[in-house]
Order: sequence, then structure tokens, then C-alpha cells
Amino acid sequence: MEHRNLKAWLYLLPAIAFLAVFMVYPLVDVIVYSFEEGYNSASQTFFGVGLYNYRYILRDPYFLQALKNTFILVIITVPVSTGFALLISYALSSVSKLRELFQTIYFLPYVTNTLAVGLVFMILFKKTAYTDGLINFLIKTFGGNSVDFIDGPYWAKMTVLCIYTVWIVLPFKILILTSAFASVNKDYYNAARIDNTSKSRIFFKITLPMISPMIFYLIITGFIGAFKAYSDAVALFGTKLNAAEMNTIVGYIYDMLYGNSGGYPSFASASAVVLFLIVLTITVINLSVSKKYVHY
Amino acid sequence: MDVTLKNLTKRFPNRNKHIHTDVVAVNDFSITIPDGQIVSLLGPSGCGKSTVLNMISGLLKPSSGKIYFGGEDVTELPPEKRGIGMVFQSYALYPHLTARENIMFPLQNFKGADKLTKEQMAQRVNETAELVQISEYLDRKPGELSGGQQQRVAIARALVKLPKALLLDEPLSNLDARLRIQTREEIRRIQRETKITTVFVTHDQDEAMSISDTMVVMKAGELQQIGKPQQIYDDPKNLFVAKFLGAPPINVFFGHVRDGYLYIGEDAVLPITSEKEGEVFVCIRPEGFVPAPDGPFRCSLNSVDVMGRDVTVLFSHPSAETKILRAIVPSENVIPLAPEVSFSLKPAKTLLFDKTTQERIAFSVR
Repeated sequence: MEHRNLKAWLYLLPAIAFLAVFMVYPLVDVIVYSFEEGYNSASQTFFGVGLYNYRYILRDPYFLQALKNTFILVIITVPVSTGFALLISYALSSVSKLRELFQTIYFLPYVTNTLAVGLVFMILFKKTAYTDGLINFLIKTFGGNSVDFIDGPYWAKMTVLCIYTVWIVLPFKILILTSAFASVNKDYYNAARIDNTSKSRIFFKITLPMISPMIFYLIITGFIGAFKAYSDAVALFGTKLNAAEMNTIVGYIYDMLYGNSGGYPSFASASAVVLFLIVLTITVINLSVSKKYVHY
Repeated sequence: MDVTLKNLTKRFPNRNKHIHTDVVAVNDFSITIPDGQIVSLLGPSGCGKSTVLNMISGLLKPSSGKIYFGGEDVTELPPEKRGIGMVFQSYALYPHLTARENIMFPLQNFKGADKLTKEQMAQRVNETAELVQISEYLDRKPGELSGGQQQRVAIARALVKLPKALLLDEPLSNLDARLRIQTREEIRRIQRETKITTVFVTHDQDEAMSISDTMVVMKAGELQQIGKPQQIYDDPKNLFVAKFLGAPPINVFFGHVRDGYLYIGEDAVLPITSEKEGEVFVCIRPEGFVPAPDGPFRCSLNSVDVMGRDVTVLFSHPSAETKILRAIVPSENVIPLAPEVSFSLKPAKTLLFDKTTQERIAFSVR
């Protein structure tokens, strides 16, 4: 038994060594840095140990702004994108003609570069001295006032960011859900039909529970992905996100690491730890809530 | 309620796109299923029996022909309007619901005047559960039940709404041998108690013979024979039915009728009068052989298996269709271990079929 254990560890060694060096060590290091005041990565020095970094970032208006933006983004985009994806993939699984064509169309955004999509959104939403942009044109046709969505008021910018994020994450969710719909055994539907079950009851009582593991997977990864959002904001508003009030937590961490020539790794580490704790908490809540609704 | 199928035909478009002729799954199929009986659709796989069942349920639309439920034409009615109960081969129990919730599911679909109160539903569920004897498992999910218990839950779910007819698609195929025998008796009992017209599909002749009042034998989408199991076994219409029924299978020989005798090879095995002379298929049930030292039918003996109650004699004959032939004789007979064995034949267990049409030829023994 001893001998076999030894052998097992030997086989595991490469993977463990790799994970230890590139995953566990940096993770521990980040936590350590977050407690070291004024850590300098070049000289490897710091002034003292304590909660100073946390105190600083939690009072930094930019961090609080980033926190707020991230939470709004998460709370709006995860339910909206999952709901839309459910709707679209359900519709897709109900049509028989041209289904593959539609699937391809809905999947196209996924293989398109984020920044290119951002450019398209800019063109659609931006208001310049020469043109109002297509969206503003539509708003005006229906009797509204034009708004600058890219450099204008906070709510307008947030709206664009949310629409953009939903649009970017939708294709993957549709892909997953269409295959989930297709994987439900047809016998269940036949049995339900013979028992005169209404369409909506079939959907809510049979289809949804059957594909609940997939929906749950999408919600978990959706939450995590939205908390880690950054490139979407850059694609729309450029790199000066603090000035645009559109920064996210990851954007704040990035700015702290590389901004102001050299940056503040301690502050960055502290905010990274805060982000980690938030994601961890939300995921734990998700997991415990899901026990009631997800049927494996 | 009796179920009548009239000239039912189902064609499917060919899977191979280069062939434009349709596949005919069921061809001009007409039967009447009497009220309150249990009827089996029997045939080898691919013979269209499940297609017939699905057309009765309404899940498939016939290409032509009519379906009547007790005189009412239901051909155009969708499955939800037909008021039937169905048990699927996979059972199709909703895995996220308990047995109780599964059984209650059809009742919760009742609308308008049929709507039941919660108490009525609970009572109906309990009654049905008692009928199929799963009362103690009602709060378990399908995944926590054995195959046989799942089967009962599926039957209960089909019966709880008091359907006009119960349809079972290969109900026993997912059960092991012992459970299969137990469950088929159970289905028989439930059917007797509820007196509900029941149609079930099977490829297993034992299953069909043991529980059906009426048996319908199918081949390649066409009706071969309909009747009581014993009657079909004793009096098959054609070679296919004779070969399909019976275990061990019937022994088939190439023989001919000449000058008032039935010949197998060189042996004149029976003196007969028959309307047809010439080459025929001679089919003899395993129980149709009587060992007789000076019997007219001589074969080479392979081995003798003593089974206790009776003895299986394995032998061969150059004019037989298969290499190994089986006779089952009572164990009082002592078969000497010799290269040759001789039999006389029981005329009632000997069947003749036309060489080309494979239809039955009547004969009488002189």
C-alpha cells in the first residue's frame, strides 16, 4: 500500500509542481503583498505590515466607483443575458427550417474580436459634432432627445456597457443552451403530450428542470465573468476609465499595477483579494441556492 | 372501448436521399382490438409494430387509413385529445419528480369540469399506487427505484387518468429475465382488475403468448395472423408464423408429397391425402416426434440432453433447413446412444407449407 501511494505521488508530481509554482505560490504571494505597506517589486522592500492597503482602497473613490460599476454590470447582465439566451435557444430548438443558419448567425459575435465589436458599438452609439449616430437617429425618430452614450451622462454609458456585455456573452450561452435543449429525451415530451400537458407547463415543469445543470453552469460562469469584466469597458471607453467613471474592479487593479510609472502593487493586491472574496462569496451562495433548483 | 384499425398505412421518406421511393413501415393494416382485452403486437424488430402503436397513440400520423376508438373516428385527433395512457420503453419518468409527483402529473393537466381537488388527486394517486403495488416508494425519485419499480410507476402514471386504452411499448425489455416473468404476470393482473383495453408491443413470443388474450403477428409492416395465442401456435397460416412462434423453434425440412405419401429425403414419413403434390416445406414442432425403433423417419443422432421432466434429442438430417434439429420427448423414452435415431411423427404437430407461396397446405392422414 505504502509503495503504491508513493508511486501515485510520483505520477502526480509534474502536475503538482506546475500548479504549485504557477498557481498556489502567486496566489499566496498576492495575499502576502496585500498586507505589506508600500511594497516595491523592483527593490523587494516594504515599510510595514497591516491593513493599511485595505483601508486605502476602501476609501479610494475610484475603487468604490469601480466596485459599484462592477456590481451594476453583474446584477443586470447575468440575468438579462441568461434570460435572452434561454428565449433565443428555445426559439431555435422549436424551428426546424434554417435552424443551422440561425445558429451560425447567433454564434458569429463569439468569434468576433471584442475590440472590433467595441468599435461597431462606438459607431452606433457615439455622438459627435458631425453626426448623432444610428441609435440617436432612432431615438429622435421616435420623438426622444439625443444622448451621447460614449462621453455623456453616467446612466447612458452604463446602458451601453450593459448592452455590449450582454451582446458579447450571449452567443456562448445560446450555444450551450441549444445543445442542452436538444439533449432532452423526446420520450418525455411525448409522454407529456399524451397526458395533455400545456406548452408552458412542459417548459417550466419538464424542460427547465432537465436543463437546469446547464443553466446553473451558465449563471456561475456568468457571475464570475462579469465580476472580472475589463476589456469590454476598454473597448467602449478607452483606457482612461477612471476619468470616464466606467472603471471595473479588474480595471482598477490594472491601473494600480501599471499606472503612474511603477504603480502600487500593494494596493493592486489588496483589491485583487477583495475581488477574490466577493467572487468566492457569490459562488458559495450560488452553489447553496442551486441545491434546491438544480436536478442532476 | 374497442379499437379498430382500417387499412392503416405508414410511409416514411427514404433516409437515403438518392432513393425517392418511400419506406413502407406499415402496409394496409386492419385489425379490431376487442373491448377489455389485452392484445399483443408481435413481430421481429423493424416489422412496424411500434409504428402501429404510435399511430394508435396519435404520436404518428398514418399516411392513409383510419383509426376508430369505439366507433369514433380519431384519425385526425392529436394524442392529447385521445384520452389514452402510454408506457414508453424508456418509461420516460421525469427524473426530477418523485414517484408521487410523476403519477400526479397527468391529473394536474385536467381542465375545466374535469379539474380535481388536491384531495381527489391524492386519493387517485394512492389508489393507483396500490393497484400497481408501489405505495411504499411514492416519495422516492425514479433514480432511487429499481427497474421493476420504475416500470410500475410508469404504468401507474398511464393508468391514473383512467384512460380509454392503455398502450405499452416493449414494456419488459429493460428488465432482467426473472423480473420480466414477474412483471408480465403483474401487467396481466392489473389489466384484469381494471378491464382496460390494453395493447402492447413485443418481439418476445413468450411474453406475447403468456399474457395476451389476442395475439397479432406482424412481418415487414403486414399483418400475418391474428388470433388466440394457442390457436396461432397450433394453426399457423404461413411459414413465417410457424417459424416465429415456439421455443425451441419448429424444425423445417425440405420435403415433397408424392403418391399419397409425405417424403422427407428418401423416407416416406406419413401416408397423407393432400390437395397439392410436389415440393413442400415440412415443419415439425419439437414435441411432434415420437421415438420408435422402427419409425419411418430416420435421422443421425447428435446428442441427448436429459432435462428431468423431458429429454431433448439433438439430431440432424440432410434435408433439414438447419444443421441441428431438436425433438422434445417425455423422459420415459430411453434413446439408445447410436449413430441413428428413428421417429414416427404426430400428424397434428406436422405442418406443410407451399414451396413458393409459403402458405399452409391442408392435409389429412390416411
